[in-house]
Amino acid sequence: MSEVVHTFTTTIPRWRPYVVPVDLATASEQQRAAMQVTPSNRGISAYVLTLAHDPESLAVRSPLFNLIMYGRDGLAASERELGAVAASVVNRCVYCAAVHGSRFNSLTKRTDVIEAVFTNGLEAILDDHLQVIFDFSARLSTTPPAVTAADAQALAGIGLDDLECLDLVLSAAIFGWANRLMHTLGEPMKA
Amino acid sequence: MRPGSALADALAKRAEILRLSQAAHDAVLVPREAGGLSHGLRAALAARMARLNRCPALARHYDTLVAHAGEPTTAPLAEPDTNATDGRTAEIVRHADRLTVAPREATRAHVDALREAGVADPDIVRLAELAAFVNYQVRVIAGIALLGGMR
Repeated sequence: MSEVVHTFTTTIPRWRPYVVPVDLATASEQQRAAMQVTPSNRGISAYVLTLAHDPESLAVRSPLFNLIMYGRDGLAASERELGAVAASVVNRCVYCAAVHGSRFNSLTKRTDVIEAVFTNGLEAILDDHLQVIFDFSARLSTTPPAVTAADAQALAGIGLDDLECLDLVLSAAIFGWANRLMHTLGEPMKA
Repeated sequence: MRPGSALADALAKRAEILRLSQAAHDAVLVPREAGGLSHGLRAALAARMARLNRCPALARHYDTLVAHAGEPTTAPLAEPDTNATDGRTAEIVRHADRLTVAPREATRAHVDALREAGVADPDIVRLAELAAFVNYQVRVIAGIALLGGMR
């Protein structure tokens, strides 16, 4: 039985599209080129085949996403993941939250932070340092963004330099993008 | 922004991200293959999304693209609380608003409604990419503005 996952979890679901994905066998040259720039573990995922309906966007989005999330220097990888999780909680993207909550856990070797976030959502109480990062990202993710100068000042207050702050802005913002695809074009299914 | 400031240095270190962001802008606003979403409709929806995000500077940018497209039927959609008279465009506008204001509430039923209104699957994906990009852009602009105002 297939079953839609409605609650936050670190067990990564399977993503099922609402639209008919591009058929790899009949994909255009441009669609194939756009799909190749996406690193994938086992073939081309249903998600990438769905995004291949708009190959011009997909071709740019994949390298942009990777640079923001996995680029050198600047904000710690785990803290970029927390920015991603905060956005995904605001936008209630269960799939993105699962993937990036799991990455946070494996990078930090702790599970209490994501547990608190998945249990209490935006009310989660975290260590001071992570709380500031989480709150900034969550407040940047609402429409319109609710983030204030005080939230930015708080980032400086926990010792983030300008490059680290910029990386946090970018990682929360790119999930304003990713969530609007993943959560609106399909749904997470029990794997 | 002050040249030589720490933020200017940080942006220089992330120049490739900014370059790709501009390329993404072009891919969703003025794609070579527009499919069933004209450049004029895309620009008007982008201006509307910027307004819903209270980002007037970005709305003005998209207003210039609306003017450039010169499409009298879609141009008024740049203002929130308007809608089109034809059913297909009206459903697109409703979904664009939802994607901007409350993406968390999006369900399969909304995609089904788009299909019933005559929106093809590739255009449903194009619409999601447009909303996704503009909402990314709004947050990059808002975030950088806050960082620029610090210290």
